[in-house]
Amino acid sequence: MNVTLQIWRQTGPEATGGFQTYALDEISAEMSFLEMLDILNERLLTQGEEPVAFDHDCREGICGSCGVMIDGQAHGPQPGTATCQLHMRKFRDGATITVEPWRARAFPIIRDLIVDRSPFDRIVEAGGFITVDAGSAPEANLIPIPKQVADTAFDAAACIGCGACVAACPNGAANLFTAAKVNHLGLLPQGQAERWTRVERMVEVMEDYFGSCTNHGECEKACPKSISIDFIAMMNADYVRAKVKNRRLASQKS
Amino acid sequence: MTVQLDAKIPPGPIAEKWETHKFSIKLVNPANKRKFKIIMVGTGLAGASAAATLAELGYEVEVFTFHDSPRRAHSIAAQGGINAAKNYKNDGDSVQRLFYDTVKGGDYRSREANVYRLAELSLDIIDQATAQGVPFAREYGGLLDTRSFGGTQVSRTFYARGQTGQQLLFGAYQALMRQVDAGRVRLHTRSEMLDVVVKEGRAVGIVVRDLVTGEVSSHSAHAVVLATGGYANVFFLSTNAKGANVTAIWRAHRRGAAFANPCFTQIHPTCIPASDDFQSKLTLMSESLRNDGRIWVPRIANETRLPGEIPEEDRDYYLERLYPAFGNLVPRDVASRVAKRLVDSGKGVGPLRNGVYLDFKESIARFGAEVIEERYGNLFEMYQRITDEDPYQVPMRIYPAPHYTMGGLWVDYNLMTTVPGLYALGEANFSDHGANRLGASALMQGLADGYFVLPATIGDYLSDWLNVEPVPTDDPAFTEIEAQVADRVDRYLSTSGTQSVDWFHRQLGKIMFDQCGMSRSESGLQKALSDIPTLHEEFRNEVRVLGSAESLNQSLERAGRVDDFFELAQVMCLDALRREESCGGHFREEYQTGDGEALRDDERFAHVAAWEWTGDPAQPEANIEELEFENVKLSARSYK
Repeated sequence: MNVTLQIWRQTGPEATGGFQTYALDEISAEMSFLEMLDILNERLLTQGEEPVAFDHDCREGICGSCGVMIDGQAHGPQPGTATCQLHMRKFRDGATITVEPWRARAFPIIRDLIVDRSPFDRIVEAGGFITVDAGSAPEANLIPIPKQVADTAFDAAACIGCGACVAACPNGAANLFTAAKVNHLGLLPQGQAERWTRVERMVEVMEDYFGSCTNHGECEKACPKSISIDFIAMMNADYVRAKVKNRRLASQKS
Repeated sequence: MTVQLDAKIPPGPIAEKWETHKFSIKLVNPANKRKFKIIMVGTGLAGASAAATLAELGYEVEVFTFHDSPRRAHSIAAQGGINAAKNYKNDGDSVQRLFYDTVKGGDYRSREANVYRLAELSLDIIDQATAQGVPFAREYGGLLDTRSFGGTQVSRTFYARGQTGQQLLFGAYQALMRQVDAGRVRLHTRSEMLDVVVKEGRAVGIVVRDLVTGEVSSHSAHAVVLATGGYANVFFLSTNAKGANVTAIWRAHRRGAAFANPCFTQIHPTCIPASDDFQSKLTLMSESLRNDGRIWVPRIANETRLPGEIPEEDRDYYLERLYPAFGNLVPRDVASRVAKRLVDSGKGVGPLRNGVYLDFKESIARFGAEVIEERYGNLFEMYQRITDEDPYQVPMRIYPAPHYTMGGLWVDYNLMTTVPGLYALGEANFSDHGANRLGASALMQGLADGYFVLPATIGDYLSDWLNVEPVPTDDPAFTEIEAQVADRVDRYLSTSGTQSVDWFHRQLGKIMFDQCGMSRSESGLQKALSDIPTLHEEFRNEVRVLGSAESLNQSLERAGRVDDFFELAQVMCLDALRREESCGGHFREEYQTGDGEALRDDERFAHVAAWEWTGDPAQPEANIEELEFENVKLSARSYK
């Protein structure tokens, strides 16, 4: 099949970027989207043009490295699919495909299709963990967890941190990413001790970097792991309760 | 022989060795730990867990990863599970049995003492991960569920859907980020280690290139730990992530760290067959699928009927036929080799006749599609996305692919390499899996090394350097290596060739897969050893890397990694040539039984070959560590 690509090129964080058009013919429908970009890069090299930079690693949809806007959709047209798992058979022959980096103020462009997603790490640093030093853990089966609770915690824990939710959100909010971690840990019995401090800190660090959620629901649609927007509602409920609980605890200390 | 291979295996009965050792080695007292700085390279299961634990203990830790976040490390892609001898299933499991299975599974080429310790620590890992919130699968009563895996007859594999690696990595990553928040870990992302600095015979730091700005910088510490994974990408097509590479451990090797058993590589039996020559990587389908899927090929060669049209009597469920005791759950090397033999004999299936069937029809009929979906839903989805076929309706097609490397830097019982102060953890070292790793044991080893072994052993080395400041980075030891690293970068950019880095990588991968892959022969290895240096020379003169060193340049990053793969490939072939026996993942065509099973030579090869860099990649020197088996009787591995 033949496609025309309009790709965002930008040489560095401070440089001015723009779309470049590339005609790419004789590619196979069995190729993955990233393999198609590999072919483009091979051809650019023979023409003496620098390859398009894009993040990618596992190419199995689990590491969360890859991710671009394809025709305005985060990770492209196939629901529940990361860019690396998208195949060219999802496009029609002769299509013009627009490829852009994630668009969000919190994710500045590093080069071409690569953005800086490190604010996600700052959110996790703020409380996305359960404090347990190696060696101090109790016997694993000491605390039974109802299967349903474990399964729901898992649904949240499946987040791969790709950033599609932020890119898809009109406000550039990271609520789905943050809610996924808050609920993964907050639902489990092991995560109760830090539940209220965790949600307060994580939400506030999130707000330092990202826009606010106004319930558009675009994040859920764009998520390659189909993480439910319900988790945002649960996080919001916990955050409000945390505000009261944490203040009460603070007052008892003095 | 110039390197000393003292494995430092503690004396005494095997069940007491680790306890005895922990008591006999030196410690650093809690108040002094903050005076020591440790560099950690890599943030997979081993690296992240070790960095977090060392920081919890009070050490100052500096962490480097070439990824944009520690959470991207390739451990994340591990699907099936993690072994532990908890015996929750009451099916006769024990530390002793996990130890025995691992030594036997490794075809008697691993160190007994290391493996026993691994089996003991497996219990603590499950406790630790559960406490961190890793959402392992549970039974309806709320307790942990397990499943069985290849090479064992008990159900000891804990799992988190088909994403066990991801969830365990998040546990370790989150523990690491807690330490970053506490200020005890300094994290450098998008930073690639390009050399180890050795001064007066000990590791004193590393040289790193910032992948965004191109800046080359030095970092010094009291000890350097490499947890940078394996080298299966030497084959180009493998199940490894595209970025996985040998550079960190290879450059350490060039500075004096011996490289052990490089020819011990694992070919995983259940991957999606390649579909064309643009293929950029191969995708693994978890071995756990072999619990409920039956593997078969048509009885006759060049079968043209679709799988659904082939009646039972025309199907050969070959693993069940050849190995009735273990059936579809034989170890990976055995399953891979038979698949290759059948495909080579014309019984392959699929458009390119390069696969075998993995059929779930019977399990779906027995348990219902919902149960199968619960167990493997995400894997089935992944398969369907890639192949456009529905595995609930038609059997999956699978074929072996390079997956894991048992070889790696030689380490002693303390996980220290032959360079004092330089440690290697996880897949980057060689120690626990012998010639073949059992499924669900990589996660176990990475986390055992990181959470429990290194934090206990590193004090033994560090205590000698109390109140000695790290070597300053303006020391000539650092500045000379910085200059060498910068030179190397410039060399790639100034070679005005015509072929891309990937083109060379593909050629190298093809040589390696054909001659040093699933089956090896003297003539094939000789051919590879003459072809590789020629191709390497061509790479040096003909590679084309555009752009500059002062900005993000992915081709430039890859050029250095492929350059190292060329050197590694030679020692892999030399090691395979030298090892005149078949064992585990290393199958030499000249050494097999009448019915095609591997033929070990315990008289001559019950040892570790640790290769030493001599300056010429074609002429490394082999050093030998004899393996002693006091607890497991060497016998022909039988899964029949």
